[in-house]
Amino acid sequence: MPNDNAVELNDVVKMFGDVAAVDHVSMAIKNKEFFSMLGPSGCGKTTTLRMIAGFEQPTSGQILLHGSDMVGTPSFRRNVNTVFQSYALFPHMTVEDNVGFGLEMKHISKEEIKKRVADALELVRLPQMAKRYPKQMSGGQQQRVALARALVNKPQVLLLDEPLGALDLKLRKEMQIELKTMQREVGITFIYVTHDQEEALTMSDRICVMSKGKALQIGTPIEIYERPNCQFVADFIGETNFLQGKVSAVNGDYATVLVEDRPFIGRKGTGASITPGMDAVLSVRPEKIQLYDEGKADTSKPNTYPVLISTVAYVGSDTRVLINLGKQHIDVWDENNFSTLDPNFYYRAGEKAWLGFPPDNALVLVN
Amino acid sequence: MIQKIRESKTAQIFTLMFPGGFWMVLFFFIPLLLIGVISFVDGNTGQFTLDGYAQSFDPLYLNIFAESVWIALLSTIISLLIAYPLSLWMARLPKKWRTAAMFLVMIPFWTNFLVRTYALQFLMRSSGPINTVLMSFGLIQEPLQMLNTPEAVMIGLVYGNLPFMILPIYTSLEKFDWTMIEAANDLGANAGSAFRKVMLPLTAPGVLAGSILTFVPAIGSYVTADLMGGGKATMIGRVIAGQFEQAQNWTFGSAMSLLLMIIVTAFALVYFRVGRGERTTL
Repeated sequence: MPNDNAVELNDVVKMFGDVAAVDHVSMAIKNKEFFSMLGPSGCGKTTTLRMIAGFEQPTSGQILLHGSDMVGTPSFRRNVNTVFQSYALFPHMTVEDNVGFGLEMKHISKEEIKKRVADALELVRLPQMAKRYPKQMSGGQQQRVALARALVNKPQVLLLDEPLGALDLKLRKEMQIELKTMQREVGITFIYVTHDQEEALTMSDRICVMSKGKALQIGTPIEIYERPNCQFVADFIGETNFLQGKVSAVNGDYATVLVEDRPFIGRKGTGASITPGMDAVLSVRPEKIQLYDEGKADTSKPNTYPVLISTVAYVGSDTRVLINLGKQHIDVWDENNFSTLDPNFYYRAGEKAWLGFPPDNALVLVN
Repeated sequence: MIQKIRESKTAQIFTLMFPGGFWMVLFFFIPLLLIGVISFVDGNTGQFTLDGYAQSFDPLYLNIFAESVWIALLSTIISLLIAYPLSLWMARLPKKWRTAAMFLVMIPFWTNFLVRTYALQFLMRSSGPINTVLMSFGLIQEPLQMLNTPEAVMIGLVYGNLPFMILPIYTSLEKFDWTMIEAANDLGANAGSAFRKVMLPLTAPGVLAGSILTFVPAIGSYVTADLMGGGKATMIGRVIAGQFEQAQNWTFGSAMSLLLMIIVTAFALVYFRVGRGERTTL
């Protein structure tokens, strides 16, 4: 059958003793896709990656690599390569020998190895480093060697286990862009494990958000950010306000939630079915709320209510305003799309104001 | 004075080296020097002589030298073949079992070496437990002649020196980063290749240290050769001891001691040279 999926996981479970590190996970990773598994530590993302690599065998379920079942196939017979978090470069070998190791194992001729190693080092922009030992290089350079060592084998899938974790912030940002460019250049499926949501959003074609061994949501960065399907995803990716309330009405794609006796309308979350009477949260991101001066709000629009400004923090690009709505607090990021030195231009604590946002900016999520 | 020491690099180095250097000179350099001097002095006349060395190069003694080197090498190789898999197994045990296993390896050290060799001798003699058990089961009709054979010497040497091989190998295996093996597997190496290309070179320092620690006592051993081999297996250590004790020919004994030392040093140098080539810049 024609199959455009590089990797497919069907109902994969991995038990460590009584603990399910990976709990009935299914996903399909498309060919030539930059796919990230994102979640806090212990969410099962690394275990999932290790099962694809062949370092762990699933307790149950199926792992397909370009359509063929990989369960039981040892890692050295799988056409996938891994970039390890610790890089795992061989300290007793030069960069050249490290990068050539995989080709040597495939009994490729010496001249061919030499040529392909040179090309790989060119790709990661380390051509002069061939004779060095890993210990004589910086962390960033070692990271590139690890990348070259994996890519030189032209794997069907490249697995990356938090490869940028040990680098400083500036280098990490540079490498994020470089990795993404490189992935397009070589046209290899990348499966990338990270706990850094910004990293995942920046680089990925699609993201799988994981928690406690479960794959909660799989989607493009936009889908994951704009339409999280549960509270965990909404909370883990970016910032959000959760307004606690009760569902009072459901109307097509929208639901009304009573928050502090005020009806708020939001788009229905896709994670679970929503019926009136349920406890729910209205999830609305701080930058998607508008603040209006007293009397300037259009009160005929939904989700428009008077509020009290509690605290104000000027952070340059925007002003972060905390407002009180009954007993609940709402974070609002008001973009500073003007230039003034007048302090009265910004909201001040204790002032009255109005908040408002269209129903499409909010999601109604139930647990 | 103090100020001067602070200012001068040479003085600093000398001061730092003095405590260690003092004991080195007292316990190693002076005795060695004495042996060196004695080897060139005729015990009866007090005159300079090369007789000790001339005698050492007699084919009879050269043979004993050669045989001792061979026995020591063989015992080192056997120890290595036992110690590496054993250390590997120990290093893979859960932490608490690892400590227990290490403890078991160490226990024999708390007993005197001579006593241990006597115990081994007792086990292996004609009326000893091994023969008794084998005979009571009817597996053999007559007691096996185990003692006073070259094999007995080999068993004694391996038994006595095995912990010296295990300790450094175990230490290097315990520090070994197993991600290296995953990386090798990931790049297409099966277990054998991963061992040969990655694990062995990375644990080579332990193997080198263990081999030297086993080879050196083995080549100079004489208690084991004596008790396990009877008079049959002659090792150079036995001959040297004989020259100092029964024969009272210190000149000859000292000459052979120095030659033995040169042989050991030569082996060690070659060994480390080969080893360095393999593990490069660790």
